[in-house]
Amino acid sequence: MSQLEAEASRKSARDVPWSLWASQLLAVVRIELKKSLWMRRSIWIYFLALAPVFIIAIHALLDHGAVLEEDTRVFAYIFQFYLHGAIFFACMGLFTWLFRGEVVEKSLHYYFLAPMRREVLIVGKFVAGLLASIVIFGGSVLLAFIFMYGHFGPAGRAFVFDGPGLGHLLAYLGVATLACVGYGSVFLALSLVFRNPILPGIVVFLWETLHAVLPSLLQKLSVMFYLKQLSPVPIPPEGLMALFTVVAEPVPAWIAVPGLLALCSAILVFACFKIKQVEISYLAD
Amino acid sequence: MTTNNKIVFDNVSKFYGEVLGVNRVNLSLPPGVTSLVGPNGSGKTTLMNLMTGLVRPSQGKISILGLTPDQPEEFFRLVGYCTQFDSFPKGVTGYSFIHQSLLLRGLSNQEARRLALEAIERLGMSDAAGRRVAGYSKGMRQRIRLAQAIAHHPTVLVLDEPLNGLDPMARAETIALFEALGKQGMHVVVSSHVLHEVDKVSDQVVLMSYGYVVAEGQIQGVRSEVKEHPMQILVRCANPNRLASRLFSQDHVVEAKLNNDGKGVLVRTRDADQFYLLLNRIVLEEDVALEAVAPADDDVNSVYQYLIGGGGGTV
Repeated sequence: MSQLEAEASRKSARDVPWSLWASQLLAVVRIELKKSLWMRRSIWIYFLALAPVFIIAIHALLDHGAVLEEDTRVFAYIFQFYLHGAIFFACMGLFTWLFRGEVVEKSLHYYFLAPMRREVLIVGKFVAGLLASIVIFGGSVLLAFIFMYGHFGPAGRAFVFDGPGLGHLLAYLGVATLACVGYGSVFLALSLVFRNPILPGIVVFLWETLHAVLPSLLQKLSVMFYLKQLSPVPIPPEGLMALFTVVAEPVPAWIAVPGLLALCSAILVFACFKIKQVEISYLAD
Repeated sequence: MTTNNKIVFDNVSKFYGEVLGVNRVNLSLPPGVTSLVGPNGSGKTTLMNLMTGLVRPSQGKISILGLTPDQPEEFFRLVGYCTQFDSFPKGVTGYSFIHQSLLLRGLSNQEARRLALEAIERLGMSDAAGRRVAGYSKGMRQRIRLAQAIAHHPTVLVLDEPLNGLDPMARAETIALFEALGKQGMHVVVSSHVLHEVDKVSDQVVLMSYGYVVAEGQIQGVRSEVKEHPMQILVRCANPNRLASRLFSQDHVVEAKLNNDGKGVLVRTRDADQFYLLLNRIVLEEDVALEAVAPADDDVNSVYQYLIGGGGGTV
C-alpha cells in the first residue's frame, strides 16, 4: 500500500466510522454466534435449558388429572428455576468464555490486531452471547410453555389465545431475555476483571439469591431485583421461596425494565473501559 | 525523512511487574527490512508487542508512521503482525482464518475473499486452504499466519520468528518475500534466531540484550563501531607472501594470516580506512595481482558475537 493509499484509508476511516463499526460488529457477531451455539463446551447449556422442558413433557404425558390453574402456578415456579439456575449458570458459561476462551486458546490477539475499536469487540461479543442465550432459553421457555398447556387440549388453547396465556408467554420470554441481558453483561465484565471468573460468579450467585435481605439501595444493584417484579404470575412468598419472590419495595415495570437496562449499560461501559487496559500476555494466564 | 515515515520508539520502557521487558529504547526505523537480533529473553518480542499495541509501554511513546495503536482504525490498516503464538481460533480452515480476519477489517465479503485467496496463493497454500488449520504441519501453520499478516497489504509488517518451522525451501521463499516487500518501500521488522539468513536481506539491524538495545543501524556501520575487535578483511591475490610481509610493518595491522590454499591473506586491522589506503599503495608498488577484497566479519553473526556473545549461526 502506497503512502497515498494509506492516507486515503486514513481519511475514509475517519469519514465513515459508523458504517465501518456496523460491518465490524456484524463480523464479530457472526464469528462469535457460531462459536457460542456450536462449541462442544455449550452442550451442558443445552442440557440445562432442556431439563425443565423434559420435566414438563413427562408431566404432560403422565399426569392426566392436571388442573390448568395449578399448572399455571407450577410454571411460574419452574420459571424461577430458569432465572435463578439455568439462565444464571448458562450466562456464566457463555459470557465468561467469550473472552476467557480467547485467552485460553491464545487467539485474542487476532481481534486486537484488527483495525477495530475494542469497544466494538465488547458490543459484538455481547450481542453474540445475547443472541445465543436468547435462542437457547427463549426456545426452551417456548417449548416448556407449549408442553405445559398443549396437553389441556381446547381448554389450554382457549387459555393461551382467548385468555391471559399469550400475555404470560410474552412476559416470560421478555423476562428471560432481560435475564440474559443482565447476567450476560455481569459475566462479560467479570471475565475481563478476573482470570478465573468462577469464584466471583459464585459471589454473584449469592448476591443475587440473598439480595432480598440487603438494604434497599443495594437491592437495586441486583439483576434479580428487577426481574422478579416482571413475572406475570405472582408466587406467594411462602417458606424458602420467599427469598426468591418477596420484593420489599416494588417498582412498576416501566421503571424495572429501564432500571435493569441502565444497570447493564453501566456494566458494559465498565467492560469497555477494562478492555482498553487488557494486554496480551498469554504466558501469565 | 520525517517521523511520519518511520517507526519511532521514544524512551520506551516496559516492565512486567518487577521484571524488565525492555528499557529506555530509542529507535527510529526507516523503511526496508529491519532485523531484531538477540537471545531469548532479550526483549525482541516485547518490542514487537509494544510496536503493535498488544502491550502498553510503562514509559515512553511509540508511533508507526505517525500513528499509535490508540487509533486502531487507521493504525491497523497499515500494520500487519505475525506473532510468535502458534495458535488459531478454534475450528478454522486456512481460508476461513484469513477471510474472517479480513471481514473484521470492515471489508465486503467479496473483497475479503479476493484478498484472502491472493494471500494464500502468495504463500503457496492454495491446496491446503480448505483444510482445518488443526491438521496443518508447523510450517504450514507458520505460512498461513504469514498470509494472514500480509493479506490486507500492510505498509508495516512485523514478524516474530517467521522462519520457525519452515523447511529450507520455504525459508528461502519467505526470505525472498521479505526482501521483495522491503524493496517495495514497506517496513519489514523481523526477528529471527537464524542470523545468517536474515543477514542477507536486512537493511538495518537492532541488536538486543537483556532488554536493552545494544546497537542499531546498518550492519557495516555497527561493525565499524566495535573498536575492541579488529576488522577482518580477506584479500585474495596471486602472491600473498609479499602482501603479508608489507602488512606486518604497519601498526594498525594486528594479524595477517596466509590462507591454506596459498592464494589469500586474512588481515585483522584496527583501522580499515588506513588499511585500504595501504593496500592501494602496495598493489601499485609491489605489483600484487588482486582478485578480491572483502570484509570477513561485518555480518550480523560476527557483530552479534562481538557485542553480545553466543554461539555461531543461531542464538
